Order: sequence, then C-alpha cells, then structure tokens
Amino acid sequence: MPRALFPTLAAAVLASLPAAAQEGEPIKIGEINHFTRMPAFAEPYRRGIEMAVEEINEAGGVLGRPLEFVFRDDQGEPGEAIKIAEELMRREGTVMITGSILSNVGLAISSLAARREFVYLASEPLADALTWGQGNAWTFRLRPSTYMQAAMLAEAAAGTDAVTYATIAPNYAYGKDAVAAFKEVLTELKPDVEFVAEQWPPLFDIDAGAEVQALERAKPDAIYNVTFGTDLAKFVREGETRGLFEDRQVYGLLSGEPEYLEPLGAEAPEGWVVTGYPWYDFEDGAGAEFVSAYEARWDETPKNGSNVGYATALSVAAAIETAGSTESAAIREAFEGLTVAVPAGEITYREIDNQATHGAWVGTTALRDGGGVMVDWTYEDGADCLPSDERVRELRPAD
Amino acid sequence: MGLILAQLLTGLANAGALFMVASGLSLIFGVTRIVNFAHGSFYMLGAYVGWSAMQVLPGALGFWGAILVAGVIVGLVGAAVEMLILRRVYAAPELFQLVATFGVILVVQDLALMIWGPTDLLGPRAPGLTGVVRVMGEPVPQYDLALIAITPGVALALWYLIAKTRVGILVRAATQDREMVGALGVNQSWLFTGTFFLGCALAGLGGALQLPKGGADLLMDFTILAQVFVVVVIGGMGSLPGALIASVLISVINVFGVAYLPQSTLVLTYVVMVAVLIWWPFGLLGRAEVAGELGQVGAPEEPVRPAGWPVRAGVAAALVLLATLPAWGGGFALVLATDILIFCLFAASLHFLLGQGGLVSFGHAAFYGGGAYVAALLVRHADTPMELALILAPLGAGLGALIVGWVALRASGVYFAMLTLAFAQLLWSLVYQWGDVTGGDDGIVGIWPADWASGGAAFFWLTLVLCVGGILVLRHAAHAPFGYALRASRDAPLRAEATGLDTRRIRLVAFAFAGAMAGLAGGLFTFSKGSVFPNELEIARSFDALIVVFLGGVKTLSGGWVGGGVFKSAEDLLTRFDYWRLALGLLIIAVVIAAPEGIVGTLKRLARRQGGEDR
Amino acid sequence: MTPVLEARHLTRHFGAIRAVDDVSFALAPGELLALIGPNGAGKSTCFNMAMGQLAPSSGQVLLEGRDITGWPARRIWRAGVGRTFQITATYASMRVIENVQMACLSHHRRTFSLIPRAHRLYRDEAMALLETVGMGAQAERHAAILAYGDLKRLELAMALAHAPRLLLMDEPTAGMAPGERAALMELVAGIVAERGTAVLFTEHDMDVVFGHAQRIMVMNRGQIIADGTPQAIRGDARVREVYLGGGAITAGRGADG
Repeated sequence: MPRALFPTLAAAVLASLPAAAQEGEPIKIGEINHFTRMPAFAEPYRRGIEMAVEEINEAGGVLGRPLEFVFRDDQGEPGEAIKIAEELMRREGTVMITGSILSNVGLAISSLAARREFVYLASEPLADALTWGQGNAWTFRLRPSTYMQAAMLAEAAAGTDAVTYATIAPNYAYGKDAVAAFKEVLTELKPDVEFVAEQWPPLFDIDAGAEVQALERAKPDAIYNVTFGTDLAKFVREGETRGLFEDRQVYGLLSGEPEYLEPLGAEAPEGWVVTGYPWYDFEDGAGAEFVSAYEARWDETPKNGSNVGYATALSVAAAIETAGSTESAAIREAFEGLTVAVPAGEITYREIDNQATHGAWVGTTALRDGGGVMVDWTYEDGADCLPSDERVRELRPAD
Repeated sequence: MGLILAQLLTGLANAGALFMVASGLSLIFGVTRIVNFAHGSFYMLGAYVGWSAMQVLPGALGFWGAILVAGVIVGLVGAAVEMLILRRVYAAPELFQLVATFGVILVVQDLALMIWGPTDLLGPRAPGLTGVVRVMGEPVPQYDLALIAITPGVALALWYLIAKTRVGILVRAATQDREMVGALGVNQSWLFTGTFFLGCALAGLGGALQLPKGGADLLMDFTILAQVFVVVVIGGMGSLPGALIASVLISVINVFGVAYLPQSTLVLTYVVMVAVLIWWPFGLLGRAEVAGELGQVGAPEEPVRPAGWPVRAGVAAALVLLATLPAWGGGFALVLATDILIFCLFAASLHFLLGQGGLVSFGHAAFYGGGAYVAALLVRHADTPMELALILAPLGAGLGALIVGWVALRASGVYFAMLTLAFAQLLWSLVYQWGDVTGGDDGIVGIWPADWASGGAAFFWLTLVLCVGGILVLRHAAHAPFGYALRASRDAPLRAEATGLDTRRIRLVAFAFAGAMAGLAGGLFTFSKGSVFPNELEIARSFDALIVVFLGGVKTLSGGWVGGGVFKSAEDLLTRFDYWRLALGLLIIAVVIAAPEGIVGTLKRLARRQGGEDR
Repeated sequence: MTPVLEARHLTRHFGAIRAVDDVSFALAPGELLALIGPNGAGKSTCFNMAMGQLAPSSGQVLLEGRDITGWPARRIWRAGVGRTFQITATYASMRVIENVQMACLSHHRRTFSLIPRAHRLYRDEAMALLETVGMGAQAERHAAILAYGDLKRLELAMALAHAPRLLLMDEPTAGMAPGERAALMELVAGIVAERGTAVLFTEHDMDVVFGHAQRIMVMNRGQIIADGTPQAIRGDARVREVYLGGGAITAGRGADG
C-alpha cells in the first residue's frame, strides 16, 4: 500500500516561517528525487535512507536531535527541482540537500547550492561535471562517477587481447561522458586499441535491431555498452537473437546493478564484464550486515540505490556530527575530507574535488536460478580509479 | 547487399507496431476530429495488459491470444473513455477535447504504476519464433518476419473494414463530412464510440505486439507519442494508407540513420518531417483542411470590451498585494510566485494566438525554451549582461517564430498545429544532440541574474514588472487595431482579404509577437533557475501551456494567465502527495466536463446569470 | 471614357469543365449591371475572378484600364473595389459598428497599430456608413445575432468603407424577405446615383433584376448569351430558351441557390 511520503497539505500550505532549529527538534534534510518519473530507482534509494535514519535516531540522533529527511518529487524536471530546493531551504528549514539520479537535475541543484551557499550531496548522479567541470565548493558526490566506473572497466579491458572496440551509449551527456572516459583510460593503458564504431541510440528510444546490425557491421573484437533500462533490455534481446555477443567480450557500465539486471530475468547476458552491486554474495562484514538488515526491514532485496541511499544518510549524519552545528558553512567544512564507514567500507570525501572514494564492484555476469548475477567480482576502491591530483586540478577550474 | 536487405527488413519490422498505433490515432482523428494525446497511454496499456495475459495464458496459442486480449481490453477502455468523458464535451470548442485526453494520460500513468509497479517488465519471447533466419547470410529474427507478415494483414483487414463494409462506409462518410452522417440517420455517438474502440484496440495491439522486442515500462507512452505524431503528420491526418507509408518511411530512414548517422538520428527524423510538410503541408496523403473546420464551434464569442472599473480596481488591488509580497510572504513565496508569473506570461502568449487568432500551436515551447536558450547561450558564450540577454531573448524567440510561422502558416487548423510541433521537436532534438554548443542534456548552468537583481525580492519585482507588463501588453493588443484585425482574419478570412487585410501577414506578426512574449518568459525562467535544460523545449512543455489555455478559457481575454496561475498552484500543492498525477488528471477531466468554457468563461457565465436574476 | 471594369476573354477551367468560357464585357462608371443565368452558368466564377479570389485560366481583368489579373483580393480592394458575398461574411465576434470600423481601419492602413484602442477609432465614419445602410440603430449589437437581412446590409456598409468606385455584389438579396429586397436595391441604386459607384451584381430574383438593373447580362454554360437593357433582355428568345425552356421570364421567384 502507498504510504504517505510527503508532508500533509496543511503543513505545506502553512505560512513560511524559517524554522529555527531548537533543542529536540529534528534536523531536517531535504531530499529531492524523481519519485514519479523513475520510481524503480528512487524508491529503493528512499528505503535505504529511511532505514539509516531509523538506525541513527535509535542510537540517539545527530547532535542529540533526531534526523529527518523531507522527500519531495521533482518529476525529473530540473526547473521543478530548483523550485523545490528553494522551498526546502527557505521554508522547510532543511539544513542541506541531497538527492537526484539524473545528472541534469543534479547539475541544476548544484549550481543553485553554490549560489545560495548551501550544501548539496549529489548522492546518485554520475556526471563528471558535477565534481570537475562545473564543480563547486558546496557540492559533494557520493557514488563513483562515470569516469571512475568507466576507468574500472577500461582497466579490465586493457588486460585482454581485444584491439578493436565498438561502443554503444545513449545519446546524451552521460553516455558521451562514459564513452569518452572509457576511451581515454583504455587508450592510455593500451595505445594500440582502435574504436571502429560508435553507436548513439536516443535515450529510451533505441532501435535495437538497427543498432545491433550497425555494431555487427563493424566486426569489433569487443563491445562497450552504456545503455541501461529499457534500452538495455531491448539491446540484449536483439543482440542475443542476432548473435552479436558470440565470441565477443562485452563491457557493460552499470549493467550489473540489480536495477538493470533483475528486469532481464533469465535473459540476462552471460559473460559480460560489468560494474554493479552483487549483494547476494556478500558473506560477512558491513556489506552483508546491511543486506540482511535491509531484507528484514523491507521484506525485499536491496538494489544499488538502497546501498547509496543508506550511505547518503550515514554521510549526512557524520558530516553534521563533525560540524557540531547545522550551519551551512560548518557542514561544508565538515564534508571536506570527511571519512565515513558505509557498508562498502570506509569512504572519504576528497578535499581536492569533493568526490567520495566510494568504489564499485566489477565482475562477470552469469545466470543463477533463472536470474542474472555477478560472479568473480572484486570491489574496486574509488580512490584507485581517479586521475592524478594534477589532472583533477586541470579538470576542476572552479577552485 | 545482404546487410542492406537485412536493414530494410529491420525497418519494415519496426514499422509494424508504429503503423498500428498511428493508424488508430489517424482513424480517431478522421472520424471524430479529436487529437488523442492519450494514444500513447493506450499503447502502454496494451503492453502491460498483454504482458499480464501472457503470464496466464500458456503456449503459442496463449501468446497470440494474449495479444488479441490486450487489443480488445484496451479497445474497451478507449470506448469507456469516449463514453464517460469525451461524449460530454463534443459541443465544446474544437480541440478542447484534447485537454480531456491529456487528463487521461496522467490518470493512466499512475494507474499503471499502481497495478504493475515501478520495475520495467521484460516482454516474453514469442513461442516458436525465438531464432533467426539467415537472409543472404545476415541473421534476421523470426519474430521480425512475423511482424512483417502481420502488418500488411492488419492493414488489409482495416482496408476491408473501411472499403467494403457498411461500418466502413459510415466511417469514410464521417471522415469526409460529419453532418452528412447525422443526416443519414446514423447514430453518431455509437459511430464515435466504435471508432474509439477500434483506434484504441489498434494501439493496444501495437503495444502487445512489440513485447517480444522490448517490454512494458512507464515511460513508453510519451516515447511512442512523439513518433506517432511524426508518422501521422507525414502520412496525413486521417489517412490510413498515409499512416502505412509514413511508418515504413520513418522506420526505414531511422534504420539507415542508425547505421550511417548514429549521432543525429533524432534530428534526422524531424528534418524529414519538416521537409515533407514544407512540400505537402497536409502530409503525403492528407486532405486539405476545409476552411473554417477549426473555426468557431459553439456559442459565438462575446465582443471584447475594456474591463470595467470594478475589475480594474480588483486587478490593481491584487497587483499591489503582489508587489508587496516580499514584505509579507516568505522567501519561498517569492520563488513560487516568480515561477507562477513566468508560466502565466508563457500561457498568456499562447492564449493570444489561440484566443485572438484561432491559431492552435502544439509547439509553443519552442519559443519559450528558445528564449531561455538564447539568454543562456548569450551569457555563456558572449558574457552578455542579464539586461541585454532579457532584451535579446524575446527578440531571438520572435525571430525564430517569424521563420517557423512563415512555413507553418501555409497550413491551417490541426495541420498548422502539427507543423509547429514538428519545428519544436526539431529544435529540441538539435539542442539535445548538439552538446558542444548547448550542453545537450546537461544543459547550461550557472546563469544567474545581475547583482542588483539577485536578491529574492529584486528578481521577483523584475519578474513581476516584466510578466505583468507582458500580459497587459498582450491584453492591450487584443483591444488595439491589430487585435481586431487578427480576430477579423479568424472570423471571416475571405471578408478580411476582401477588405484589404493581409491575413497571412497579420497571423505571422501575431505568431512572432506571441513567440517573443514566450521568449521573454523563457529568458526570465533561465535567470530564475540559474540554468536551462532541453526539458524546456519538450512536447510536455508545449502541452502544459495548451492545457492551461483551454482550462482557463479560450474565448475570454484572461483565460491564459488565469489558467496558468490556477494550474501552477494546483500542481505545486498536488505534487506533494503520492499519486498526484492521478489527482491532477481527474481534476483536469472534472474541469473539462463541468466547465467546457474554461474557468474564466464559466465564471463569466455564472456572473451573468447572477446579474440577470438580480435585475 | 475608360470602363470601370473590363473583362477580356476570361476563361476558367475546372478539370475538363469550362466554368467560364471566353467572357468579355465592360462596365461604365455609375452603371448598375446585373449578371444573371441559371445555376452553374458561371456567374460566381466570373465574380471571383474579377475580385481576385480565383485566378483565371486565361484572359484579363482591367480596372479603370489597369490590368489587375491575378492580383490578390486585398490589393483589388485597395484599388477601389468593394464586394459582398453570396453567403454573408462578417466578423461574428465583434459588434456591428466594430465590423465597419475594421473596414475603416484597413482603409486607413492602421491594422498593424498596437497603440490606440480600436473601438475609439473611426467611430463617426463607421456610424455614417451604418446610417447609410439603415443600420444605425443596431450599431452596438453583436454581429453574431443579427437577422440575415441585416447582415447583408452590414456587409454593404463594410464594402462601402473605402468609397469604392466599383461594387461587386454576389446575390445581394438572397435569403431576404421581398420587402427587404426592394429596400436594399433602392439603397444600392441610391448609392449609384449619389456617388457614381458602378455596381455589378448577380441575382436570382427577377423582380430585383428587372426592377433595378440598368443593364443585364445573361450567362449560360460559361458564356454570355445576351447583353442589353431590361426591355431587350425580356424580349430575347435565347434567354427565354435558357429560362424555363422557352417560357416567359416571370417576375417573382427564380431558381434559388
């Protein structure tokens, strides 16, 4: 049954009083996400946050006060997200903002955050620009960026004999970043590689049959895939049917995340090298504890978003605790260099570019019990996948 | 050679589902003159219902049975929508019904989410058709061949139904001349319901048939809608053979585009569309619009008159209240009011076209988003100060409107509407795919107001002055000779021409004027948000404006901004809840049924009745 | 003297049909000329070519000696030609006087003006025109609710807004009561007499034609078969042939439509 996610109408209509935080009053965090546009991604993420908040508050809260997330739906529209962010900052009395999955919404909020000098933790959006090209002092990012995940796959690819590569990526900013990063890192590691075809299907409007034919025409040794969601499902099915993946190594960015692998069911591709979240094989440690707690709490298996959501709430709590205050400037300073223990391990928000060192799991896809899983995986620490500090300074002009 | 043949077959297979959805839309438009915005939703429903039926029905028979079941169920849903909602608003001004269908889109989105959940559903494969056939050495999926066989079958069945049966004769008669069917003693409402059943069933079939090539997801309604509009417009509204030719054309062009121009597939589609429409404004096989077809239906419009002193006093008081908002409202109230004011100007600019000129534009977001991008690009690439950017944004949008209007105004009525949509989509695809200049999907961020206007109150006042000023200018234009000339061109174009009016030039100037006002709203939007993204050029944005203009009341002077204000406020309140789309959709449908003259029109009628009783 | 309007070998095909076939005629200033003929004789086609609504397949139209063939309707209007339509065309969303003001605005080339309020402009001029056609009392009414005969008169007022030297009237009295018909035609005759405006009109009502026209042209199957004074036409055998298969042209109702 749907639960009431959002504040009541009465509360929303109430006159806007800057809620001065007092002892015992909850510390509010504004969370903006695409709950109606991308519910399959946003809901597990929200549950991760809620679970963390429950645990934090049971343990005494933050600065002795309860932590509270205010969830708001932006319909996946940047303009709407800006409006909501303003409301959260000015009326709801939230002390910082988190959220977004889509990069463009993340970039819009990030720009506003810098303008209003308000901390924004971009938990899920992947755009490199968030911490580099358009990076600013007030925006931090939790999840490993496009570049980091692409670099992980490029490293795996560099170790094989494949020389000719074809790429397929949705024709928008994320897809372009992902291809550029993969090319950059792979070419650096293995200068003789050649990219023989680049396919750019429109996002969520792939003509899979035609794309597969175009890739086949180029006869590459290996394929680098960035498509996701329904595009991925269509691509995999057409590719399997037409034999595109036979005797070819395929690298799939994010393809191993349960959000993308689970809907494919028994048709999940086998033998792809992917980044993802293999929660089913965590045996001990914080990762496994999180998985069993999550399953107990929600009666469903965790997604990658659940893990990110949980880590988001932990990061926020740690930052405010470190800051010792709910002032924006103090929280911002606390985030710089902040180290937090999250299910994946210890992560640090780098001072140089505000990017967290949260890593990703790289493995090979296989079928198990009629569903796709990752096997032979390893956890790649994010800190190892980033360019040199010198290069980062070049990439991040703002500082 | 083999590859080219295989690519051709892929294109033909893709054309199948597209044709079914497009023919349904075309059929419905041909007979009922309703542009069914919800057609994509019926396609999505077909996919979901088909998926569910395939889980229950076993084997090959079950698979094909499920597809038929999906068609029938979706057809019945369509018939129910026609009987429960649309039938009540046939007497409303033409094209008003599309507002109701927009409400249906919102309702279906949330119902599908409730019933089938958020996760994408992978379509089952067709039993016995999972392999490939080698055609000159190239693999061609068996199911593709099945689709290539089914599509002509459906097309033939449709042709037989329309050309050889009594029902078909009525449908054809209705497509040609609706009054005649009534005169023939045919029960028109059953004909309309039947058409809706058939049209929606075709959409449902299309949705279910594509399951083995993809699946069901919650975004497929808008994705297919854009493509289907392209097909129907290229083929000609109301023409089934046109829909067939156009779906094959677009699908095949797209397949070759993927292979040889992979970066620009979207742009390619819309370039083809614009090119076709420049040569054939009514599509390949479309019929020229009968003059006055989209003119004034229903009660004649009241003559405009300047507002009386009570209204003026009321507006002045409201403006004073609004201007002092920084003193009594909170910081967020200013942000919200800024948003609403900008949207009101955008809506008012479209309303001017629609209400005064009878020009229904489906692509007004091109000028709103266009203005927004002009401002953002100037600041980003030329370091233009805000003040200059806010002057150039409307100028740029107006110039763009002049160019678009010059082409689009060769057609009229719904074809004009579709041409504007085509241009808006072309612009959107250019901005989306030309990332080096426009930032593509990542947009242009960091475009903030000048220092003097950067405080919440200062920017609010700037917006207030420009938006209220713009709305007043639009309103004044309706009272000025130009507004009269525009209404004259709409009421009786022959008479207008025969008394020296250059109706085409008048419409063109009106189109550019409205475009410029939308551009001003867009420029303000950019600075209020600090960023701009291709979303501001999307179909959805054009629809937003169109919906509020109809909801506000076309045949009134204030319908645009009143509708905009009410809609934005309702949206701000409703989006705080789960399943707000359901609520908003039902609200829109309720307004459509209860107040077919729009909010302002109905209020005026009530006021008049009240006044009559008093006397 | 140069004729106000001259048609030279006007021809118009619709597919294989010659709707108008080599028609030539001239109209002198101040002349009241009726163009009659059975349905489908080509009268309206002739009219529409003279007024620029339809391009001739061949032939020329001259206005006061100037070749106006192929000109758009609005340019012909500016050259001094007013017209009324078979099915009245007025601006339904405006008041009666605003309809006429609109024509005046166009005449004074103010249609692109955005500054003044239109309803204050040329009111006196418009009112005078309405008085001329006897519509003064209805000036403030909504045009959409006028009786048909009043719409015809309103159209006439609009057609006179730029003091035309030629007035083209396509079935000016169609749909009016007999008494109204006579009144309207007397009005037109008065305008001809007073202003020297030439009038070319088509008509089905033979009372109107023979009662008011100074000259009559008869068309059949796209050609002019007779041209002369009412008396001459009344006695023309070919005309009788066309109308009622040889019977006398009787006053009263002609074929309508």
